[in-house]
Amino acid sequence: MRRRIGPWLVPVFGGLAFLFLLVPIAYVFAFSFNDAGRTNLTWRGFTLDNWRNPCGAPAVCEALANSLQISSVVTIIATILGTAIAIGLVRYRFKFNATANMLIFLPLATPEVVLGASLLAQFLNIGVDLGVGTIIIAHSMFCISFVVVAVKARVASLDPKLEEAAADLYASPIQAFWRVTFPLLLPGIVAAALLAFAMSFDDFIITNFNSGNVDTFPKFIYVAATRGIPAQANVIGSAMFIIALLIVIGGQILSNRRAKLLAAR
Amino acid sequence: MSLLTAPRSTKAKPEETRSASEIRADKRRGRVGYLLILPGFIFMLLFFVLPVFSLLATSLYTKPPGADIGQFAPALQFSNYTAVLGSYWPELVRSFAFALIATVAALAIGYPMAYLVAVRLRGRKLLQGILLVLIIAPFFTSFILRTQAWKQILADEGPVVAVLRAVALLPEDGRLTATAFAVVCGLTYNFLPFMTLPIYANLERLDTRLIEAGGDLYANPFTTFRTVTLPLSMPGVIAGTLLTFIPASGDYINAALLGNNQNTTMIGQVIDSRFFRVVDYPGASALSFVLMLAILFLVILYVRRFGTKELL
Repeated sequence: MRRRIGPWLVPVFGGLAFLFLLVPIAYVFAFSFNDAGRTNLTWRGFTLDNWRNPCGAPAVCEALANSLQISSVVTIIATILGTAIAIGLVRYRFKFNATANMLIFLPLATPEVVLGASLLAQFLNIGVDLGVGTIIIAHSMFCISFVVVAVKARVASLDPKLEEAAADLYASPIQAFWRVTFPLLLPGIVAAALLAFAMSFDDFIITNFNSGNVDTFPKFIYVAATRGIPAQANVIGSAMFIIALLIVIGGQILSNRRAKLLAAR
Repeated sequence: MSLLTAPRSTKAKPEETRSASEIRADKRRGRVGYLLILPGFIFMLLFFVLPVFSLLATSLYTKPPGADIGQFAPALQFSNYTAVLGSYWPELVRSFAFALIATVAALAIGYPMAYLVAVRLRGRKLLQGILLVLIIAPFFTSFILRTQAWKQILADEGPVVAVLRAVALLPEDGRLTATAFAVVCGLTYNFLPFMTLPIYANLERLDTRLIEAGGDLYANPFTTFRTVTLPLSMPGVIAGTLLTFIPASGDYINAALLGNNQNTTMIGQVIDSRFFRVVDYPGASALSFVLMLAILFLVILYVRRFGTKELL
């Protein structure tokens, strides 16, 4: 009996798991086409109006603009600082290597409430006004750790012989870095930057503690949830989903083509 | 030797065998290394380490008599801790209980998913790629939008409740939202990719010949799984369970949107409302600090018991 069920058990169960994962996304997508009026709670008929006018609901696009601006700055800060740390930690020896690794690991092992609350306590103690600046600081803090972890793996997998070869060909260390190491690290850095952007864009808890009265997109949805989220929020959520999907698929195709080109040589 | 090629593992040569230029090169290397990591670490010190001490200090503040709302004076009032623990230990315990159940459920769902993609579909690159994108797909839509979608799917007038009532799995007036079940479901759903991805990354490297060898030695599939596959994938399982348990125990979006009644309140909600509604900064800070210590304690215990060193 077991032999009959066995081979099907994993695919069927796995398939159900995928369904579980995707149903809410499909729901968000479907309800972006709802002729909702004020509250997007029940299905009232198909319309394209929400997609034609995504800024139709009050304040939704202001929140989105804030989020895009914050996440862009955070991505730049976290990617630069995090990549530098990742290269430094893998390529150089320090006396306090274990401490340094711990400092990067700890924010990832601390719940967001605690990160948010401790930064808030800090800002309150030194009397900083909460706003866009404090959100950027808070997001950069936890995004740096993600970037370090992502880029470190890439640096560690790099073959040091490539740089030695560059040195043998009389490249200065700086030339060797920018012409050999950096291009090889770039896919990893780009992936880390996208991760940082996504993490920052979607963060609610840390933002909620350190934003004062500035609205971000997740904060807008959370506040709106009590009286009904406008369908335009679903439009923006779905659009972000499609854009992210295109970026991932595009990246995949690009790296496949690169691999084929390299193999062909 | 070039600037960036010093592998971490090479031991420094004894001082007397090194030439002057080598020593100079080593120093320069050190200096570049510090220049690389210093800006980031100063940032982390200012905005992660210092704030944790700030949190600790704030948790011991006292409210002077006659002070305005939100005004506190530095002190060493340890009774803040006994006060908040006395009032909110049920929420603390509940948070860990919910997070634990959600972690186990996510493992039960995430492991077969990772196994399906990484082992069963090995060699079928395109299908693997598509399913992998589907696993991370939730990251592309807003966390709160998805949780809100669950709220509407599980709502009283929604499809799930209608079906469950029709087949009498749920009483006529039974409901799913505003229950602990809905909160745990939400947590499981929201952190499922964090469980699945590390396990996938681990199983992807699994040598399938080992599974075949298990079969050749007359082990049934279950025994092979228990004695070969599972032990080999333990690092992935540990990483996944930590990445699920830690954020889940501090989360309050699921509890607020899917639960929102007294029997589902999690510690994050309490900390949030202590800060912003009650304006009791010392109490909120004390609770945050307790949460952090409790999680660190649990994580260290767990990693000691099951863990491998490569995690940290």
